[in-house]
Amino acid sequence: MNMQSRIAMPNPPAVANGAGAAAVLSAGIGCFALAVLALAADKSAPIKRLLLFYKPTGVLSGVTTTAILIWFLTWGILEWRWGKKTVALGRINIVSLALLGLGFLLTFPFIVDRF
Amino acid sequence: MEITARSLWTLIHGMGFGALYLLAFSGALVELYRFTTSPAPSEPTPGQERFLKVYLIAMVVLAWAAVLTGAYVIYPWYRAAPPPGTVDLSQFPQRLLMSNSTTIGWHSLGMEWKEHVAWFAPISITMVAYVFIRYGRDLRNHRQLRAAVLYFAVASFLAAGVAGFFGAMINKYAPVQGGHTIQLSEGAER
Repeated sequence: MNMQSRIAMPNPPAVANGAGAAAVLSAGIGCFALAVLALAADKSAPIKRLLLFYKPTGVLSGVTTTAILIWFLTWGILEWRWGKKTVALGRINIVSLALLGLGFLLTFPFIVDRF
Repeated sequence: MEITARSLWTLIHGMGFGALYLLAFSGALVELYRFTTSPAPSEPTPGQERFLKVYLIAMVVLAWAAVLTGAYVIYPWYRAAPPPGTVDLSQFPQRLLMSNSTTIGWHSLGMEWKEHVAWFAPISITMVAYVFIRYGRDLRNHRQLRAAVLYFAVASFLAAGVAGFFGAMINKYAPVQGGHTIQLSEGAER
């Protein structure tokens, strides 16, 4: 048996990829939203006041709660739109990973200080 | 032997939830990869698939428990403002770090990054667990979805790693202390 035949040959998928794509993209959007909200709260006093949900935790409470709400809302909408469909996952992956990467960068204090 | 309530909570947050999550990661990544790429003759059994689903759910719970206890139990103690005129800052870790040029970076870089990036871990691992539970072994037939799941799993580990590293270092230089003292055992007579 050669190596080629030992590697799993993908079968036609039993489940459409839409639900997975919705979960992937919304996770990317959630992470990016969190980073953008943290940046906005850091740079704008009115946004900071707006995101002060729980005083002992400070603005972090509003930043994370709002980001989680955006994540769930996006997930719900995308699941509703794509749940039973097959979508072009290649582009969705690129966008999701780009959002995740940008999110990582925008949480890094040295980068936040440049704005 | 005794410990303060705040130290105990820090221990539960860091060593209990955070470290356990990081420990669980390598197992999850190997199993996810094996499950979604294994050739037919060595196909995982339904029992093994069920085990991985439970394992991932446990990781999701650990990740959320770590960020929620961090943000809502420990962080308020960390960032508490001392009353005017306070000289001893040992009960105010953030101010203690900021009071010295050799430690300020642990707050301005460490905590400022950790408090936000840590949340990427539960968001990412929740997505990973959901996709695996929904697709199971069929994920093998979705090459791009599988790649996204593995990338987000690694991102989750990196986020947790950053948070864990800075959390440990911050607690080394300015530990969260105070609260009532819990007696763990009586000291033996010398």
